[in-house]
Amino acid sequence: MAMAALATPASFASVARRRRWIERVTGLGFAMPALVLLLLTILLPLGALTLLSLTNYEFGGTDMDWVGLKNFQRALADPIIRRSLVNTLVYVAIVVPGGVLGALLIAVLVHRRKQTRSFYEVIYFLPVTSTLIAMATVWQFLLHPSLGPVNALLKWLGFAPVAFLSEPSTALATLAVIGIWQLLGFNMILFLAGLTAIPRDLYEAAEIDGCAGGIDRFLTITWPLLGPTTMFVLVTTMITAFKIFDTVAVMTRGGPVGSTEVLLYNIYLEGFQYFHTGYAAALTFIFLTFILVFSVMQTFALDRKVHY
Amino acid sequence: MATVVLSSIAKSFGPTKVLGGVDLDIADGEFLTLVGPSGCGKSTLIRIIAGLEHQDAGSVAIRGAGVDHLRPHERRVAMVFQSYALYPHMSVRANIALPLTMSRLKLRQRLPLVKHLSPGRREILRGIEADVGAVASQLQLDHLLDRKPAQLSGGQRQRVALGRAMVRSPDVFLMDEPLSNLDAKLRVHMRTELAELHKRLGATFIYVTHDQVEAMTMSDRVAMMDSGSILQLGTPSQLYEKPASLKVAQFIGSPAINLLPASVAAGGRLELFGRPLALAVDEAPGRSVTLGIRAEALSLSHGEPGSAVFSARLRRKENLGSEYILHFDLAGRDAAAGVTMRASPATAAGIHEASEVTLGFDESAAHVFGADGERIEPRGQGAATGSVVPLRA
Repeated sequence: MAMAALATPASFASVARRRRWIERVTGLGFAMPALVLLLLTILLPLGALTLLSLTNYEFGGTDMDWVGLKNFQRALADPIIRRSLVNTLVYVAIVVPGGVLGALLIAVLVHRRKQTRSFYEVIYFLPVTSTLIAMATVWQFLLHPSLGPVNALLKWLGFAPVAFLSEPSTALATLAVIGIWQLLGFNMILFLAGLTAIPRDLYEAAEIDGCAGGIDRFLTITWPLLGPTTMFVLVTTMITAFKIFDTVAVMTRGGPVGSTEVLLYNIYLEGFQYFHTGYAAALTFIFLTFILVFSVMQTFALDRKVHY
Repeated sequence: MATVVLSSIAKSFGPTKVLGGVDLDIADGEFLTLVGPSGCGKSTLIRIIAGLEHQDAGSVAIRGAGVDHLRPHERRVAMVFQSYALYPHMSVRANIALPLTMSRLKLRQRLPLVKHLSPGRREILRGIEADVGAVASQLQLDHLLDRKPAQLSGGQRQRVALGRAMVRSPDVFLMDEPLSNLDAKLRVHMRTELAELHKRLGATFIYVTHDQVEAMTMSDRVAMMDSGSILQLGTPSQLYEKPASLKVAQFIGSPAINLLPASVAAGGRLELFGRPLALAVDEAPGRSVTLGIRAEALSLSHGEPGSAVFSARLRRKENLGSEYILHFDLAGRDAAAGVTMRASPATAAGIHEASEVTLGFDESAAHVFGADGERIEPRGQGAATGSVVPLRA
């Protein structure tokens, strides 16, 4: 009798409610550490950045005023910022296709090697492990108009020497080539991993089905099955390219005649040379928006075409 | 006439010799199975026929012409892989169509963007579509044509792989363990379907398996391979009833053949566990031989005079529904050695576990193997076997 009295529908409902509540609290507890980390490392700094971008704060200053969206208005009207934005986009437009397609080509070629594969892997990966600032010195020497071996080669071939880094028409493209050189190795490793994951059976089936040539094999099997890898490489390469800074800072300082001024370099100048912290924060905000918009666009555009 | 002739095919991978001079003549429209334990070279052999692997020596001829210089797709063979090797990013339709797309469209008609400029492409595509539809309806794949392989069950994937092989109407089908990824029930079903498909298409089938049941049930002829060479080539019943060697006898048949040690006594008469048998061979006295007795050749003996008998203790009964497999220990002898016997449910009901019984066998059904594992024909075998007492009669 007592048992029957205990098991009323009402008590069942309260037990179920209690259990749901416990589950929810436990779930939140598990999510908490990640949430705290996310807050501390990303969301709070982003909030601080947004607030700063709305002020005229100068680094070391004791007071500041709210200026609303003035920083953004100024940035969008500033010819230097516009030029640096265009330069950044041009740089990205050269580095992304060059860094992705070049790495894919190298990966496909290296993948076929059996004995020498690890040798090539190491060689192509070396630029990734070296500091670009140290390597920039080497590049500067290589490309030097009168001392550099590149110009020596050009002269030997009968061409006029090119002042790669001091000529406004070639400086940005030269930096892009160096950027590609630095990215190739890492992207190649990613593509190699993708290639290794393609079952050999598929190539054999394709061979029997008549995909005899390299082009057919590539278009039928390799390229579609590398889809997820390509998407990842594309997005990361683009983000890296947007962040072009070190070669500019070391080799050209935005010159000649502003031809290599890029967004991040201008942020650096405004924030750390002129101490316009509020303005630099607004520029950073614009920079982040660009990266976000491009990444989201690429992901959505490609996601539908990629087979997982 | 899609005959396939292999002459002294040899292949090594580095220091490992995989095939040592295999000769094989496969008739037009034959269903030939290469069967053997894993690592026996059967898969390498079929891959050499397909052109995926190149032999170190010997030659392959299809339709009477050498194909050694031809690439896989030029040999007009189709292959079904164990993993099916379906293109995961393509629909079933595109998977089946691929061999036709490759053979009927020119390169410029397949290239992205450029392909749209090519005249006549649409007509060819329509033809391909029709052929794919015909194959799909033969295999009951019509309603699955727009799915991706990942959305299909194992059996359906298997059928798509078959469809991709069939669509080109090849002369020779090569199948590398096509059923081993299926569950037991589906495997039995697909065995029948494959056998019927073979009959319907009339093409030459070369089928690789490690499953002797598949080999026995589907093939016109079976080539049993081991260590890179063919041990025996014959019809399934030849392999079962007259195994040429101990290895073949052990591999073919389930439950595995019972092996009993016997010795040759004076006059070539065989002795089993010290008792003389009616069987005699042309071997020197004192030599030891092995007797192979199929599970169905054993029976309970009730002390008939002069029969080949030995005592055994029942270890376990295995109920298969229609019959029982009885596992016996040989009483008082090597504990590891046991024998299995097929029995009707009625017979099985009469024996209890751990009880000791006397087993006998039809001596004419016993296979004799020498110390080297080769088959020895008993004296007078095939002639009147009056001296052998058939115990079951």
